[in-house]
Amino acid sequence: MKWLSKLYVCLIIFFLYAPVAVMVLFSFNSAESVWVFEGFSLDWYKSLLFDATMLNALKHTLIIAVLSAIISTVLGTAAAVGIEALKNRIAKKAVMTVTNIPMMNADIVTGISLMLLFVFIGKLIGLHESLGFFTVLIAHITFNLPYVILSVLPKLKQTDSHLPEAALDLGCTPIQAFFKVVLPSISTGIATGMIMAFTLSLDDFVISYFTCGHYQTLPIVIYNMTKKTVTPDTYALSTLIFASVFLLLVLYNALQTKAEKRRG
Amino acid sequence: MKTKSFGNKLVASPYIVWSAIFIIVPLVIMVYYSLTDTNGVFTLANIAGIGKYKKAFALSILYAIIATVITLLLAYPMAYFMTKMKVSSQRMIMLIVMLPMWMNFLIRTYSWITILANTGIINTFLSKLGIGPVKLINTPGAVILGMVYDFIPYMILPIYSVMSKIDNSLLEASSDLGANSFTRLRRVILPLSMPGVISGITMVFVPSVSTFYISQKLGGNKTLLIGDAIEYLFNAGPDFYNIASTLSLLLMVLILISLAVMNRFSDSEEGGVVI
Repeated sequence: MKWLSKLYVCLIIFFLYAPVAVMVLFSFNSAESVWVFEGFSLDWYKSLLFDATMLNALKHTLIIAVLSAIISTVLGTAAAVGIEALKNRIAKKAVMTVTNIPMMNADIVTGISLMLLFVFIGKLIGLHESLGFFTVLIAHITFNLPYVILSVLPKLKQTDSHLPEAALDLGCTPIQAFFKVVLPSISTGIATGMIMAFTLSLDDFVISYFTCGHYQTLPIVIYNMTKKTVTPDTYALSTLIFASVFLLLVLYNALQTKAEKRRG
Repeated sequence: MKTKSFGNKLVASPYIVWSAIFIIVPLVIMVYYSLTDTNGVFTLANIAGIGKYKKAFALSILYAIIATVITLLLAYPMAYFMTKMKVSSQRMIMLIVMLPMWMNFLIRTYSWITILANTGIINTFLSKLGIGPVKLINTPGAVILGMVYDFIPYMILPIYSVMSKIDNSLLEASSDLGANSFTRLRRVILPLSMPGVISGITMVFVPSVSTFYISQKLGGNKTLLIGDAIEYLFNAGPDFYNIASTLSLLLMVLILISLAVMNRFSDSEEGGVVI
């Protein structure tokens, strides 16, 4: 029974990684094919370095991911503090329901509804091209916000509400009380929210697809490549991304294990 | 104290304004588009016109349900076996399951073409065994496989995280009371893990029913899911925004209904889905 369950886990992992293995293998293909493996080469990695479209898209993706993560973290943390302070039950429920919409809804509906808004406003103010950097940034902030709010709120609930009151009694201004007492106790929630926002933004295709216009992010460029025949350079790029995420995770895990050991 | 809590509420106001403009208003505009024609005149023609897309809707729902059931059947034992492992290996397996989620899903889906194509890896292998090329790509099976593959981590993780929090003493108590391992699974573990199952089901069903990339790449041109239809119509230009908005709204309503049904299930005491 024991070995059967191990075999099952291995099979699922095999299923999860078969396409990844195919991708890594063909990124080293010397031929321009993702069908027949002819020999080992690093040519596709080299050509990646000179691919302006790809590098530009990578830059766009990183800019959007960093900015949207920072802005949604600030807005979302403030929102969580405000929502937690709301005493009116109905108002609280209403705000939370609206917050849940982008999480529950299909990405395609979120993307299209935002696109309609941007096109509508663009027409109103007479813009020739209504989609671009700002629209994709706004879209990313919008779908990131619920994740930040929902990771900060539980931490706020755990925080003893007497603590900021005590700080006020001891002569802190409300702003000082927030930054010195509340903020440190919810910082792990804020960090989780920010990391989630960053990775979601990095990986988003569907919502960007409808809102980015000519400001193409990496998933959009990859989409355009897979419309035509894919050459191994797309696989090379994905392998590089995969490898960096893998390294980051291993590093994070190692640091965590180390921290746990120190705590005893 | 009064002034402080007033100030606290105010910090949410930028977000409330933001969500009004970028969550509520877009949906209102969508409703507006679906109730008007290209000149902005009120009409019900769009709603009358969705009959043409009945098949796409039915196919999307069917594929999404099949994919969700398969994902659940594969993921549940996986999560269960994970909780039986050493804590350190549990965390390792968690990482291994999550890792593909950080890889671009377009590429993950595309790699399946290399595996399934007529000249792909499986068929090359089969032809060496003397079995002629089997048509794998551009079939409904390939689309469902793509859905299962892309979204299975979203099923494994919530089930695992709920299951790993089940109090061990409950399991011991059920054994003491004479439950064999099957009864224990059915009467204790299954009901207690239902919240994870429910959230897993929604996290797999929603992206499956609304996908357009998976069906385009693995299903060929002939499978038209509702996501494909919406994407196609929006790319066809502003003349088609109205009918596309109607379809999007309908998709949203469909998702909301299925979420409500799911919530009903999670409210009921006994998780009566499998039993």
